[in-house]
Amino acid sequence: MSPATVRRKRAGRARNALLGAVGVLVAFAACEALGRSGMVRSAFLPPASEVLVRAVELGGDTAFLNGVGATLEAWATGLALACALAIPLGLLLGSVPAAAQAARVLIEFLRPVPSVALIPLVSLLLGAGSETTVALVAYACVWPVLFNTVYGLGETDPLAKDTLRAFGFGRLAVLLRAGLPSAAPFIAAGVRIAAATALILAVASEILAGFGEGLGTFIAQAGMATDGTRDVLAGVVWAGALGLVINLALTAVERRLFPWAPEHRGSGA
Amino acid sequence: MLRIDRLSHRYGDGPDVLQDIELTVPDGQLLTLVGPSGCGKSTLLRCVAGLLRPSAGRITLDGEVVDGVPDRLGVVFQDYGRSLFPWLSVRENVALPLRRRGLPRAERHAAAVAMLEQVGLADAARRHPWQLSGGMQQRVALARALAARPALLLMDEPFGALDAQTREDLEDLLLRLHRAEGMTIVLVTHDIDESVYVADRVVVLAAGPGRVRADLPVALPAERDQIATRGLPEFIALRTEVGRAVRQGAATPPPPRA
Repeated sequence: MSPATVRRKRAGRARNALLGAVGVLVAFAACEALGRSGMVRSAFLPPASEVLVRAVELGGDTAFLNGVGATLEAWATGLALACALAIPLGLLLGSVPAAAQAARVLIEFLRPVPSVALIPLVSLLLGAGSETTVALVAYACVWPVLFNTVYGLGETDPLAKDTLRAFGFGRLAVLLRAGLPSAAPFIAAGVRIAAATALILAVASEILAGFGEGLGTFIAQAGMATDGTRDVLAGVVWAGALGLVINLALTAVERRLFPWAPEHRGSGA
Repeated sequence: MLRIDRLSHRYGDGPDVLQDIELTVPDGQLLTLVGPSGCGKSTLLRCVAGLLRPSAGRITLDGEVVDGVPDRLGVVFQDYGRSLFPWLSVRENVALPLRRRGLPRAERHAAAVAMLEQVGLADAARRHPWQLSGGMQQRVALARALAARPALLLMDEPFGALDAQTREDLEDLLLRLHRAEGMTIVLVTHDIDESVYVADRVVVLAAGPGRVRADLPVALPAERDQIATRGLPEFIALRTEVGRAVRQGAATPPPPRA
């Protein structure tokens, strides 16, 4: 890639970041104005600046941070568990047609069940603790990772497989040396999508459980307190910020790990 | 020695793509397979590589029946962009087939670098295939196919996607490597000039179904030169003969089915 193209790409990214900031500022100003105008009671919708100040304040609150830590721990554990299940399963289903056929009906039955609808059931089974959160997060995350693994394997170039076969590699070696690496960018995208879903599930199951430790618990308890709207919104700001940071971090990791993928070529190396 | 015995192939219930192919290739010969599109030349190559099981007939290599991919085989495909692994460096790509030989890592490494030197790409060892030009990528593919010192090298239109100048450079590189290593080479091409220039022997296939139409020895001096060799009367006479055979091979109506 020529230096001019690199410059153009960087300029494009800087411009996108700027536009993103403008969008945030406009939304912030609108919320602020709505909060201050008196159209909505400020107990229901405090001005955005107050919410933001409270969110920053919470950054120094050890109890709150411990809660966020607990939420992130459940999030990471659930996501890791889902990957540990879904990637090998995806490799199996993507490479053994009989296994895929056998699993099809079961998967098509389970997939449309909204994970949030399972919260009461899982709470009954596992109690309202972090196990419940982890289990729900894992359940929700299995699907995007599983489907992206199977899809990514299907996209493996037949010529890459023939090349390995012609060098005398067997079926498993072809799967691990051609299938897995060429599916890897798809799998990573599935993990990124799953990470966002995982955060939703982690916070939602904490909110519904209503006690314990976690960002969702904080939001739920603030919601029951008088004049707690500001705390609720500050918690929501934290949840959103976590999601944003996680997404940015995972996108950066993908760019570094898969510089060969056509959409990254030249931007990393 | 490579022997192809009454080999026929069809895909599913389709018509014969190859019919009763008989061919014996002595060790060390560079044979080019040329023919009109649809004559089954790539199919024949895939059968020899053990990637495809022929519907009938058999292939033997040094007296052993080819059933699956033979040992000591090297393959170069036309589409280097898809055949090289983008997640591996150039050196790792070249070293990959050596894993099957059970060589320790350091030796694989050294052999890969030595092979890259032979194709003039020692400097590119740490780069990735997609950072190289098409000609360089096909050199990497050639180095990879030769890294394990194959006794038989199969090439499926290896230079078809390259520009004329690069193609000539690679043809000469191939001739140099063939002379140095002495392996048997079967090279499929649709380029008639190329089929004569690099070959010891040209086999022309006819289409619909694919069968051997002409089998021509190349009586050109072993030392080939892109300008001088192509100007020799023998070269011109042979390329005319091959060209005519290819044309006739495309025009013949399919024979009545037995």
